[in-house]
Amino acid sequence: MNAPNKSGWKPEMQVSDDGFHGGPATVTGNRGLMLEEPLLFEIGRADVTGVDLPAVDTSAPTRLGGLAREQAIGLVGLTEPETVRHYTRLSRQNYGIDLGFFPLGSCTMKHNPRLNEKMARLPGFADIHPLAPQNAVQGALEVIHQLGQWLCTLTGMPAVAMSPKAGAHGELCGILAIRAAHEARGDAREVVLVPESAHGTNPATAAFAGYRVEDIPATPEGRVDVAALKARLGPDVAGVMITNPNTCGLFEKDFREIADAVHAAGGYVYCDGANFNAIVGKVRPGDLGVDAMHINLHKTFSTPHGGGGPGSGPVVLSEALAPFAPLPFVRKDDAGGFYLVEEENREERGPSFGRMTAFHGQMGMFTRALTYILSHGADGLKQVAEDAVLNANYILRSMEDILHAPFGASGPCMHEALFGDKDFTNGLSTLDVAKGLIDEGYHPMTVYFPLVVHGAMLVEPTETESKAAIDQFIAAFRGVVERALEGDEALKQAPYYSPRRRLDETAAARKPKLAYEG
Amino acid sequence: MRYLPLTDTDRQAMLAKIGAASIDDLFVDVPEVARLDGPIHGLPMHASEMAVERHMKALAAKNLVAGEVPFFLGAGAYRHHVPASVDTIIQRGEFLTAYTPYQPEIAQGTLQMLFEFQTQVARLYGCAVANASLYDGSTACWEAVAMATRVTKRKRAVLSGALHPHYAQVVKTMAHFTGDEIADALPAITAEPDLDGLIARIDEETACVVVQYPDILGRISDLTPVAEAAHAKGALLIVVNTEPVALGAIRSPGEMGADIVVGEGQSLGVGLQFGGPYLGLFAVRDPKHVRQMPGRLCGETVDAEGKRGFVLTLSTREQHIRREKATSNICTNSGLCALAFTVHMTLLGERGLRELAAENHRLACLAADRLARVPGVEVLNNAFFNEFTLMLGGKPARAIIRDLADRGVLGGVSLGRLYPGVEALEHALLVAVTETTTEEDIERLAQELEASIKETV
Repeated sequence: MNAPNKSGWKPEMQVSDDGFHGGPATVTGNRGLMLEEPLLFEIGRADVTGVDLPAVDTSAPTRLGGLAREQAIGLVGLTEPETVRHYTRLSRQNYGIDLGFFPLGSCTMKHNPRLNEKMARLPGFADIHPLAPQNAVQGALEVIHQLGQWLCTLTGMPAVAMSPKAGAHGELCGILAIRAAHEARGDAREVVLVPESAHGTNPATAAFAGYRVEDIPATPEGRVDVAALKARLGPDVAGVMITNPNTCGLFEKDFREIADAVHAAGGYVYCDGANFNAIVGKVRPGDLGVDAMHINLHKTFSTPHGGGGPGSGPVVLSEALAPFAPLPFVRKDDAGGFYLVEEENREERGPSFGRMTAFHGQMGMFTRALTYILSHGADGLKQVAEDAVLNANYILRSMEDILHAPFGASGPCMHEALFGDKDFTNGLSTLDVAKGLIDEGYHPMTVYFPLVVHGAMLVEPTETESKAAIDQFIAAFRGVVERALEGDEALKQAPYYSPRRRLDETAAARKPKLAYEG
Repeated sequence: MRYLPLTDTDRQAMLAKIGAASIDDLFVDVPEVARLDGPIHGLPMHASEMAVERHMKALAAKNLVAGEVPFFLGAGAYRHHVPASVDTIIQRGEFLTAYTPYQPEIAQGTLQMLFEFQTQVARLYGCAVANASLYDGSTACWEAVAMATRVTKRKRAVLSGALHPHYAQVVKTMAHFTGDEIADALPAITAEPDLDGLIARIDEETACVVVQYPDILGRISDLTPVAEAAHAKGALLIVVNTEPVALGAIRSPGEMGADIVVGEGQSLGVGLQFGGPYLGLFAVRDPKHVRQMPGRLCGETVDAEGKRGFVLTLSTREQHIRREKATSNICTNSGLCALAFTVHMTLLGERGLRELAAENHRLACLAADRLARVPGVEVLNNAFFNEFTLMLGGKPARAIIRDLADRGVLGGVSLGRLYPGVEALEHALLVAVTETTTEEDIERLAQELEASIKETV
């Protein structure tokens, strides 16, 4: 094991008056490879461009209807070398999976295979127009169709809607299908039940679709309170939104029973598939009574997170909801060709609830996800789920002797291990541990989520970490946790070694400065 | 398996630490009925890079690549030249493999980039504040309508007939479920948009008027009277832009009084990609509306040492804090596409964007003049930027487009595809021209169009 410091290690701070550590201040503010970078608007010039274009012939006649721009836009430009350097220097202030372990629970920060990037950039995928005649884009339609079929295979569901643009958009798709299905049978229902441990997107989505949201409590062992849920079912309840595996990192073992009860009461079951990576190739949600489930291609199938997107959120649908799937969708014809069903295909579109986005979904993510599935295959995907779950349990059992694991006694966890901050002393909190981990060279885990655990720390290692990397993380995590248990005052000021120290978020919100002024 | 670092020895050691006899012991909570014994049926087994690459290349080869033929498609997605350095930057692992900057101390790269992005978008749109992106132009359009209903506490949106029909459909899909009322219309096939008709549809119940600029037929007109009419009735003006390059040549929506400006940012940096991922842009002219905006916002602040830094801010609007009371359910947005946009925009700068816009317009004028000389063809627009509408003298545009594709020319988007079943629009063709179009491409389109029209009944 290659642990950087043994458990209990404390940093010895050498902070000079101007905040620099272990050495004198520099003229530039840089510290060796840690480089400061001004804002674009402080270094760019209005008359500089990094693109060579024909000079503007201002005397040429235009047909702009008298609306030619008179005011300056206020943009600035850089030449190519300056641009590359500016953004390269900015990139070095970021933490990414390529740099180190990124156990952000629920977000699934696994390695992004570079073959996926290469395939998405093939001109046959990257340089085709969404409204090109369909006879000119048969390969693209085949990608959508093939990926959709395999998502159905992996989930045991009969149908899929491919157009949703991200997980929350997929949730919206599923919830709209549920509303449409109820409307089609003249059954107006107003309430969607959401467990209190749910992602914030669940209640936000249900509300966005016009539903009233009611919370369902969790049991002390970290699962949905089935009795409470059943008691609330009735003719006003349109459905439930349940994450499985749930945000406490546990499999909802009573899912089938819940689904049967919801169906018996005339409702539908939405499964938040954000954590599908824990069970892909091992468990088919279709066997558990799911009516709709989104799949975050950027989680389970490792399309890059890109600093906050783009995602992709195809939704698998049950027989009951399939007819209401959004437009457009891809079908295969008798001759082996592929075609889009859009607004005009009146018979085939059936009772579709309509269009959710301008075009056909996140094609660039589809090619990456398809590449990922082809690379892993049925055997590799099963191994993905097993290794992700193994790594999480290993962390859970390697930490629970010193760190409160509220559901550690509930049995094995799935792909993520959940901890709480109840034993920390001297006012230290989860936030301090997270910032301490930054100094150790890690991206912190998800913090303060799920809401059902005080000071939650949700650790998701994923399957793409070696045992050595996980052991090193455990050593570092234990070290920081021990400092929190001992009440180490220095932790309250962490991080010390990142490009920035703690940022004043209160000031940012009080007087928002959201664009460069000057 | 090349992506999985654990060895069997590792796995055994880890199971021992956990106290589990086998991996299946970790899946005991999964009901028997849902557990699969072996690898799932219906999928191939794992494959080498080489084999996967072969498979994907075979699929890619079945598509007609835009860059390899004369290409004139637009209607909300435009083919522009993306400088090589854009892709180099967005493939840096520190950007590509980062996530939403929840830990700002180690995400200043993404955050500063977003602050630059927000500034560029706000200035391009003539607005005060832009957000850190949404999924695409069409979803941004609905978010704008939803925001207008919150701001005005009214439930009726008036859509211009010349709004992209897919955008209008997205708005109508959502409004059906939220109970908002959408008044839409078909575009009138006229040389100038019917702004008086639009203004006449605004009343005291109207939350917002939604106008596209340039519109779906490529027309451009001064929207100041629409803004004034909307404001007089207490409604907001939402302007939708699907071609940001246009704003290098024509007045910004903010200058004309738009309250919310949304659009598609795909033209800069992102590429065609068969429709996604794209880049939703969203901005407001008046800072007082900031707290009703959807999506993430990046703001400037200082760190504990007083150094300037950036954070996600005003999060109390968002789903992870406000849950069902959030302004939107959006979480993941289009971060990497925003980076591509910003790098491309930085390379262009004020001067480059204006030159790029001028070149687009010059070539579009050239194409309009040449195509107008094709027998049976008329240019509808009085004014346009880089896209205009051709009337094909009663010939069916969809059939002609398919025929042109068979002749190796991607000739445009037929209005019949966008407005299926509307007879009045079946004979119109949208033609987009960008800096990637050559004069030879234009000549080729003119000749093939002439031949196709002659042969099409």
